[in-house]
Amino acid sequence: MHPGMHPGSEAVTTKGWWKAHQWLLLRRVSQLGILALFLLGPLAGIWIVKGNIASSLTLDVLPLTDPYLALQMLLTGHGMEATALIGAAIVLVSYLLLGGRVYCAWVCPINIVTDAAAWLHQRLGIKRTAQFARHSRYWILGLTLLLALVTGTLAWELVNPVTIVYRGLIFGMGLAWVLLLAIFLFDLFVSRRGWCSHLCPVGAFYSLPGHFSLLRVSAVERNKCNDCMDCFTVCPEPQVIRPALKGASMGNGPVIMSGNCTNCGRCIDVCSKDVFRFDHRFDNSTSKPIAQKTEVMP
Amino acid sequence: MTTKGTGRTRRGFLVDMARTACGVALLGAGVGLYSRQAASLPAEALRPPGALDEADFLGACVRCGLCVRDCPYDTLKLSALGDNVANGTPYFIARDIPCEMCPDIPCIKACPTGALDHALTDIDAARMGLAVVIDQESCIAFHGLRCEVCFNVCPVRGKAITLDMLHNPRSGKHALFIPVVHSDACTGCGKCEKSCILDEAAIKVLPAKLAKGLLGRHYRLGWKEKEAAGGSLVTPDEEHSYTLPEGMRYDYEGRGLIRDEPAGQGPYSDNPLETLKRGREGL
Ligand code: SF4
Ligand code: SF4
Ligand code: SF4
Ligand code: SF4
Repeated sequence: MHPGMHPGSEAVTTKGWWKAHQWLLLRRVSQLGILALFLLGPLAGIWIVKGNIASSLTLDVLPLTDPYLALQMLLTGHGMEATALIGAAIVLVSYLLLGGRVYCAWVCPINIVTDAAAWLHQRLGIKRTAQFARHSRYWILGLTLLLALVTGTLAWELVNPVTIVYRGLIFGMGLAWVLLLAIFLFDLFVSRRGWCSHLCPVGAFYSLPGHFSLLRVSAVERNKCNDCMDCFTVCPEPQVIRPALKGASMGNGPVIMSGNCTNCGRCIDVCSKDVFRFDHRFDNSTSKPIAQKTEVMP
Repeated sequence: MTTKGTGRTRRGFLVDMARTACGVALLGAGVGLYSRQAASLPAEALRPPGALDEADFLGACVRCGLCVRDCPYDTLKLSALGDNVANGTPYFIARDIPCEMCPDIPCIKACPTGALDHALTDIDAARMGLAVVIDQESCIAFHGLRCEVCFNVCPVRGKAITLDMLHNPRSGKHALFIPVVHSDACTGCGKCEKSCILDEAAIKVLPAKLAKGLLGRHYRLGWKEKEAAGGSLVTPDEEHSYTLPEGMRYDYEGRGLIRDEPAGQGPYSDNPLETLKRGREGL
């Protein structure tokens, strides 16, 4: 990135605005579209999806349940009806295919707010920021599970901003705006990308299936990288990029294998050299260019 | 032996870990304490039919609102952040919209988790709370006025609420028709509370644990024991004999004092007016 330019502006010049915001826009369509499906019922009386992201029923046949909630519920010591179990299994399998933290980048509404805070943080040029360790979220995840076990109730659900905000949007906000505002201000002034990339246990939970998931971002054309660092600037989890992008010498393949990659595709957008694309986890050979050559050669 | 540099790094690492652990422990204490507070459901908030015991319910309900969506009468609400019901859980306020006791219980069918017990298939067996005629000072039936609205709207009328006829001591000649709720049939639907004609309902549905007393376990009700055993368990009751004038009997459980002589033969006539007319000389 050159001084005076914003991350991605080079990509805008080389690829055009739409191409340089393609995945970002698709994600917003997905996040808002899913929310709209939920709202169609209460607002327009068109009942395609009922419930909220905790548990829902689509077209009166497809049950979906948040596996993180299902796990907490099992820890409280309650057997579930089959509906919830099947629903949780369907969701889990989907995220095993699409990427665990696809939940974060493509579904969770808080992501829009924390992305906005990170964007503003960048624009305002705020330099000072508190740092939490990225592993804090796993401690908090452990805590939420422990709370379920010890209290016998879904204690985390009393304060979980993710479900509170989602439920609020569909069933009535109450004071959920306060939580949303608090997260925005926290990410903007206290800790850059503090909530989603350091503290949120929901994201931490979904990073677990994310370790094994199929769909992944790959730095296939990493030899074209000109070190503009735009991808590192826009990525909510920049630590996941380095092993793939810069790991050729260490024998790493080009696929981003970290469970914390949210598959947001923002790196694909902002790279003016088209280094990244969506790929699958098994397409990760280290000597790819050579392998392709041998294939082509008679 | 570690060098000074790595020693410092290790210490830094330990301090970092301790900091995270303490922060998370504080968070846990906060959420844990808050969860205890949030577990106290206000008395006027009733859970949907089939809801597990409150403590279990708070562990089983994932706050999806599917029950709310399938309630055809908009009875159920999901508590929003800031309401005084554990946030996200379904409840209803009887005085606003009571439960209409749908025979097919769609709210239970919609519940994916079993927080509303799918074993409940007969809505008459639901126990959302217990109606109590809580203010006998303002319930107009106790003033001897005819109302009986709660009785008439009750879906389990005649079993959950009955009307007991009592003597009206104020007028001396009228009856009181007193609504009496029976816990073995009241579902706690709240229809009675909703339709109570007073500005503030005199009959209210309360959580059963507030509304019900419990007889000491050592207590035995003699007449019930007797009935169950088919006879007195202690020395049989002696038939009481009353010392009464000739021609008089006493019916203990019935009419009281009975005079066997035909009317007109005693010193007093059956018509009090005749006695009065006789004046003093007759005495
Ligand atoms: S980290 Fe948490 S809040 Fe952020 S997008 Fe993921 S689930 Fe949502
Ligand atoms: S029984 Fe019917 S009216 Fe009552 S809460 Fe359930 S769905 Fe609503
Ligand atoms: S349907 Fe069941 S899990 Fe969902 S909000 Fe109602 S009681 Fe809770
Ligand atoms: S709450 Fe009232 S109306 Fe409902 S069953 Fe009980 S007595 Fe009847």
